[in-house]
Amino acid sequence: MDAIKIIEEGFKRDITPFRVGDTVRVSIQVKEGDKERLQAFEGIVIGRKGSGIRETFTVRKISYGIGVEKVFPIHSPLISKIELIKEGKVRRAKLYYLRGKKGKAAKVKEKSFVEANVMSHK
Amino acid sequence: MKGISGKKIGMTQVFLQNGYLIPVTVIEVGPCKVVQLKTAEKDGYTAVQIGFDEIKKEKNVPKGRLGHFKKVSLPPYRFLREVKLDGLDVAVGNDVTVDIFNKGDKVSVTGISKGKGFQGVMKRHNYSGGPGSHGSMFNRAPGSIGSSSYPSRVWKNKGLPGHMGSEKTTTKNIEVVDVKKEQNLLIVKGAVPGANGGYLIIRKDE
Repeated sequence: MDAIKIIEEGFKRDITPFRVGDTVRVSIQVKEGDKERLQAFEGIVIGRKGSGIRETFTVRKISYGIGVEKVFPIHSPLISKIELIKEGKVRRAKLYYLRGKKGKAAKVKEKSFVEANVMSHK
Repeated sequence: MKGISGKKIGMTQVFLQNGYLIPVTVIEVGPCKVVQLKTAEKDGYTAVQIGFDEIKKEKNVPKGRLGHFKKVSLPPYRFLREVKLDGLDVAVGNDVTVDIFNKGDKVSVTGISKGKGFQGVMKRHNYSGGPGSHGSMFNRAPGSIGSSSYPSRVWKNKGLPGHMGSEKTTTKNIEVVDVKKEQNLLIVKGAVPGANGGYLIIRKDE
């Protein structure tokens, strides 16, 4: 089993720590013909699933009035960076309830400065 | 057709350059020792006998088998198989390592499949079975197994319930994703026969 762990560790990448409820901007490498560019996808992280090399996270945003969700493998080599925009204050591991909500009800409370600092010191 | 023996470590997933996450099997391959050379003059065919997985305690080796190794002054090995190693410099006592494979090669992997016990026809022979409900009493049974007055017997090879698994199985034409020479590891795409820790023979497809 050790050999498997070593192989998995080799594919793991350093990731900006983020939690469910946070707003993130994910930059993905996109190939168009022979050109490569970065495509950004910004939204709320509504869940993290799996562990190790298989871990994925789901980002939800409202694009032109339509809810869009994307699932990214957290260690994918196509993700060039994950930026943390806002830290959210949530009490659930999966924010699937946001799917049925609109407007203000679909908002996640932002973590206050004090809370954010206390959490990071833990 | 080059071949070597190894041991299944287990499965995991790896990323490719294009971002695909693919399932892979990790195999510990060799280093194997050449134990005997079979020649056309003496044995009627040419092959190389390689040993894998050394037995540390001599008392765990059958006496006759031990003599086979003593004759060439090598330690006893648990897994002995004959393979062809064309184009490779082989002499008794030489090492055969994972070097014979390269990334992108196609290989066939032979092993003993996991035992499934006594199984019915649906699992063992992919029969479709009958309806599960609505008063049906024909659920997973094999149904009719032949005609009456002719042939008055059941045809040979008729698929019936019985023991399944624990048999020699080969997965052909699978791709080598990576070769880790320092750790003697071979990473191939997809599944290979048998349980983790089972012995395998890996042959290169030409």
